[in-house]
Amino acid sequence: MMKLPEKIEQQVEEFAKEKKMTPDKKKKLHEEVMTAYKMMLYSPEEAIGIIAAQSLSEPATQMTMRTYHFAGTAGIQVTLGLPRILEIFDAKKEPETPAMTIYIDKKHQTEPKVTHIAEMIKEVKLKDVVTTSIMDVINMVVKFRLNDEKIKRLEIDIKKVSSKIKIKNIEIGVQGKDLVVTSKKENINIHKLRYKILESHVSGIKNISQVIIQKDEFDEWVIHTLGSNLKKVCEIEGVDGTRTTTNNIFEIKEVFGIEAARNAIIKEAMHTIEEQGLGVDIRYVMLLADIMTFNEKIMGIGRYGIAGHKHSIIARASFEETKKHLIDAAVKGLKDDLSGSVENIIMNKVAPMGTGSFTLIGSLPKVPSEIKKEYEKIEKEMTKRREEVEAERLKVLEEQKQAEKVAEEPKAELLTEEPKTEKQKEEKAAKKTEKKAKVGEKTKKEPKTRIAKKKPATEKAKKSASSETKKKKK
Amino acid sequence: MTSNINSLEFGILNPEMVRQMATIRIVTSDLYDADGYPVDGGVMDSRMGVIDPGMRCRTCGGNIDQCKGHFGYLELAKPVVHVLFIKVVYSLIKCTCQKCGRILTKSEKIGLEKLAKNIPAKCPYCDAQQKKVVFIKPYTFNLGKDEFDSEKVREMFEKIPDEDLKKIKFRGGRPEWLVLTLLPVSPVNTRPSITLETGERSEDDLTHKLVDIVRINQSLRENIDIGAPEFIINDLWELVQYHVSTLFDNELTGIPQARHRSGRPLRGMIQRLKGKEGRIRGNLLGKRVNFSARTVISPDPMLSVNEVGVPEEVASELTIPEHVTPLNIEVVKNMILTGKVNYVLRPDGRKIKVTDDNRNDLIRLIDKGWIIERKLKDGDVVLFNRQPSLHKVSIMAHYAVVMPYKTFRMNPSVCPPYNADFDGDEMNLHALQTQEARTEASLLMDVKHNIISPKFGGSLVGLDLDQVTGIYMLTKNGVEFTPEEAADMLASAGIDAELPNKKKITGKDLASIPIPKEINMKFKANICRQCAKCVGEDCKNEGMVVIKKGQLISGVLDKTAIGAFKGKIINKINTLGDDEQLKNFIDVMGRLGTAYLMKRGLTIGISDIDLSKSVMNDIQKDIQDAVSKANKLISKYNEGSIRALPGMTAKESLEAQMLNTLAGGLNEVSKIVVKNISYSDIIAMTESGAKGSNINTTQMAACVGSETILGERIQRGYMGRTLPHFEVGDLSAASHGFVARGFKEGLLPYEFFWNLMNGREGLMDKSLRTRKSGYMQRRLINSLQDLKVFDDMTVRGSNGEIIQFFAGEDGIDPSKSDWGKLEWQNYITVG
Repeated sequence: MMKLPEKIEQQVEEFAKEKKMTPDKKKKLHEEVMTAYKMMLYSPEEAIGIIAAQSLSEPATQMTMRTYHFAGTAGIQVTLGLPRILEIFDAKKEPETPAMTIYIDKKHQTEPKVTHIAEMIKEVKLKDVVTTSIMDVINMVVKFRLNDEKIKRLEIDIKKVSSKIKIKNIEIGVQGKDLVVTSKKENINIHKLRYKILESHVSGIKNISQVIIQKDEFDEWVIHTLGSNLKKVCEIEGVDGTRTTTNNIFEIKEVFGIEAARNAIIKEAMHTIEEQGLGVDIRYVMLLADIMTFNEKIMGIGRYGIAGHKHSIIARASFEETKKHLIDAAVKGLKDDLSGSVENIIMNKVAPMGTGSFTLIGSLPKVPSEIKKEYEKIEKEMTKRREEVEAERLKVLEEQKQAEKVAEEPKAELLTEEPKTEKQKEEKAAKKTEKKAKVGEKTKKEPKTRIAKKKPATEKAKKSASSETKKKKK
Repeated sequence: MTSNINSLEFGILNPEMVRQMATIRIVTSDLYDADGYPVDGGVMDSRMGVIDPGMRCRTCGGNIDQCKGHFGYLELAKPVVHVLFIKVVYSLIKCTCQKCGRILTKSEKIGLEKLAKNIPAKCPYCDAQQKKVVFIKPYTFNLGKDEFDSEKVREMFEKIPDEDLKKIKFRGGRPEWLVLTLLPVSPVNTRPSITLETGERSEDDLTHKLVDIVRINQSLRENIDIGAPEFIINDLWELVQYHVSTLFDNELTGIPQARHRSGRPLRGMIQRLKGKEGRIRGNLLGKRVNFSARTVISPDPMLSVNEVGVPEEVASELTIPEHVTPLNIEVVKNMILTGKVNYVLRPDGRKIKVTDDNRNDLIRLIDKGWIIERKLKDGDVVLFNRQPSLHKVSIMAHYAVVMPYKTFRMNPSVCPPYNADFDGDEMNLHALQTQEARTEASLLMDVKHNIISPKFGGSLVGLDLDQVTGIYMLTKNGVEFTPEEAADMLASAGIDAELPNKKKITGKDLASIPIPKEINMKFKANICRQCAKCVGEDCKNEGMVVIKKGQLISGVLDKTAIGAFKGKIINKINTLGDDEQLKNFIDVMGRLGTAYLMKRGLTIGISDIDLSKSVMNDIQKDIQDAVSKANKLISKYNEGSIRALPGMTAKESLEAQMLNTLAGGLNEVSKIVVKNISYSDIIAMTESGAKGSNINTTQMAACVGSETILGERIQRGYMGRTLPHFEVGDLSAASHGFVARGFKEGLLPYEFFWNLMNGREGLMDKSLRTRKSGYMQRRLINSLQDLKVFDDMTVRGSNGEIIQFFAGEDGIDPSKSDWGKLEWQNYITVG
């Protein structure tokens, strides 16, 4: 017994309650909705894959190639449109513009607290907290004056800052409010060193380069970031880890698992498509997300993903890298059971989908004897004609065999090869070695230029030789 | 000849097999003798198949159609490595003990490539120290410092025991077969030669290659026989290796391509198979077809959506086979007499062209069992297609209607699924040749069964452009006809219907004719202005459509009601479940719209977008406001007091804010224009959703706004400025793409230039996009093509792997649904 989808079931129940229906009426209502639902179900053998692929890619032709703003005016620029769709479907390890949406739990829903969280999240490099830096070229020392206020707000002190700098061959000391860096090595470019030190990570989460605090449509504080690190962000106090997301699907898979990744693919793809004002049924995106993740890892759609991991050799060879797949199959001695659509088309059979997967069982109505006779007559004529053709072929073959028997001797000579007298052999060999020496020289350079060029010389010699022998035979 | 292939096995060709399947051994590099006949023992030997019509194969006696070709073989003087397997050979050499010939592992079942990456230094069986294997691309090996030639490779592989091969999953054959001793020579008809007009023969690339191989091989053998110095032999040996390698694959890295005399690279075996024009994608998966036609399309609203007008010239060329039976023999005879048959086929398969001379003879001869190929006639099912065929509705079945003139005629309502217009588009038409195909086409591919798109569950076929405008104007309040006028119009539209018994017949009455009686609807039309307080049916803009029992009570019918992609009434009628009814609705509505528009006339002119002076002043003020706001931003920026947006430099924030300010200005202008513009046919078109938008009107009447390149204001040009019209460092709106005038007023020269820049960007974007999305489509289709819904509603691939346990999670097919949902309220009678 089939069930209605949960949502519709609920709606129907509510409707019945509202109208105060008797159980009998309710049952009838149920039945009617059920019939409507059954009419809408997929037909068996429907080629859902092809339709999904077409439904997803047809609107892609209308997408823009541009990037757009994320949220309102002061938002973060995020890749959208066709490039983003390609990114998702290809299962790129890292999106072009990784971005996060961080939700804050109820305790921290005030502006200063949120600002504080945002500051903790944002990656801070040494250059962001340094006010001045002085280079002592003679002693190879660089001094950095730090901004006290900024450091305090980040809940770190100068010692911690010094411990964060991880560069080889230097000594770091603290002199009051200054950070003093001495190079252990001499002859080092101190400018480069200074630059290197300034770029070192001090606080916050790596790769998160921008944070923007905003109130969303539900009047809730939300942090948008450019750069993504789901695991570390969720560990920060005040962050609501149950709702915080990223657009990096692989990160979601690492932290929450493959089912979450599937949902992320659906969400991101639908968002991108809808943002462009295009309508595609969500079921197709779900199907694609399902096939991308059903193998417990995220597979893209290209030759390194689903299309390259099919079990049918012919299907793979017909897509890309024909040589690789055929050779691999030959070495491993694989067998293709021709169960897919491409394989059957290549074998000139109907693909096993839709009406192609059914055959007619049973017998045709009896043919009236009169017509049957007619057809038998036709059949007889056809077989007669076929026999004639076959007989003609055999006759020709026999004639040829006869003709060949007559001319047996010269042919035998050709096949056994080199029947020539020793004299001829010697002469020829002498000629050949001369030529070969030349050819040998040529071969080293020759392949690079033209091989065909060499042909006339040797061929002519041989032709004349062979034609001579033939003439003799004749 | 039919045979059923159930499976394909791949493997490595056994030399013994090569010898067995060959009919001859190749012994000479000559192709033809002095008389132009193929030389016996040459690579064009007539025992390997026929390529000339009239010749007979000397192996099987068949002619060009019957003989499938026979292999030959060539004995190589010294073995050469098969290049296509070179990576496997390399791994095998690495994994094989150089002394005892065992595979260097004791573990069971390990991949060859995996093992090759991590080989032990000593043999686990005989403890022999292994020398380092060096692979020099493309096909040379060194063992330590010594050369390791093909003969030695072969010897090594011969020693590998069979049970060791199982361990490394080497099941395609013996490894020594990867080193060729016998070269199979493909049948002649796989490499046919072409005779040029001059009588010269032009050989196939493979033949050229084979000739080279045979020749070098012969001289190699001779040199070995006379005991020539080793370096000569090695040189020749390598030459053989080179030629054999390029025969298989002529795109190997590390060696030069073998070239034709003209400098064109030769096509190796791999080149024949791979790529778009290769054997697999070019000949096996896609084929050229007969019984097809192509010409320009043009509209004909009097045709039904599932009909197509076929020019007489096309119809007389395309044929459909029909069996002659006792039931139709008289009809057939008549058809032959009246010139409706092109060919007749005798039961023995011979084809006879029907001409004026033999017509009477054929009538006498023709009998049951013959097949006639008759010309296309009205009512035949044909497939109609427009490229690019992006989705399944790009090919649909139509019923042919033979017509004069030379274009295919179609109802403009079926343009949306094909994405066609009539600015010179061409379309293809295919005449179906079997009854099975015709039945499937009319049951599955008919336009009327494909009105609802599987993509989003809405209608794909629907009224378009003028048809929408027509119906919109017809259904407006105040459109009235006398019964005579109404009857006249219906007649001209070819609508057969009863008029209501009234003195004045309104447009709404007429538009109600095609709506089925079962329809009850209430929805907001496209013209709805989203007023803060909706007054429902009393809307003075007629924005609320109410249909009761198929009668249009209030509101106008526009794009939202009847248009393609949106049409709500179309979806509603679809829930009744009768495709024929739905098709008729679209047909009749379309004709009605066209008929009314022809009666009323539709005209647009420059004065349609005229605005009064005071309004123009307001607009000018708004534009000035926006520009002065922008100027303030610039001066702020120059002072350095601009507030930088997060993550942006001052310049970037300026640009972002400039764009926003100017866009805001345009928005204000647009509001004024929409509010004040007087009603005209242009407005009717934008309001009804037939074509155009408020932005288009604004751009014509008042102001074009900011032109952008890559989402930014125009920045390129000279150093520091965009054009010589401006000073260096000018940041003003006008100098960076702001067009302050409308198209009616006319653009300044530099403004015109901005407009062109934007236009060019659009063109470039389009061409790049089509390529990218085309490839994406190919990959998507390749990934998903084998998925289908099984009887138990699971979605599975061709291997039986389950992708979804319940198709689409709720099992609803969007093409049978209402916008992807089950609107169950539409289907109930209870309550």
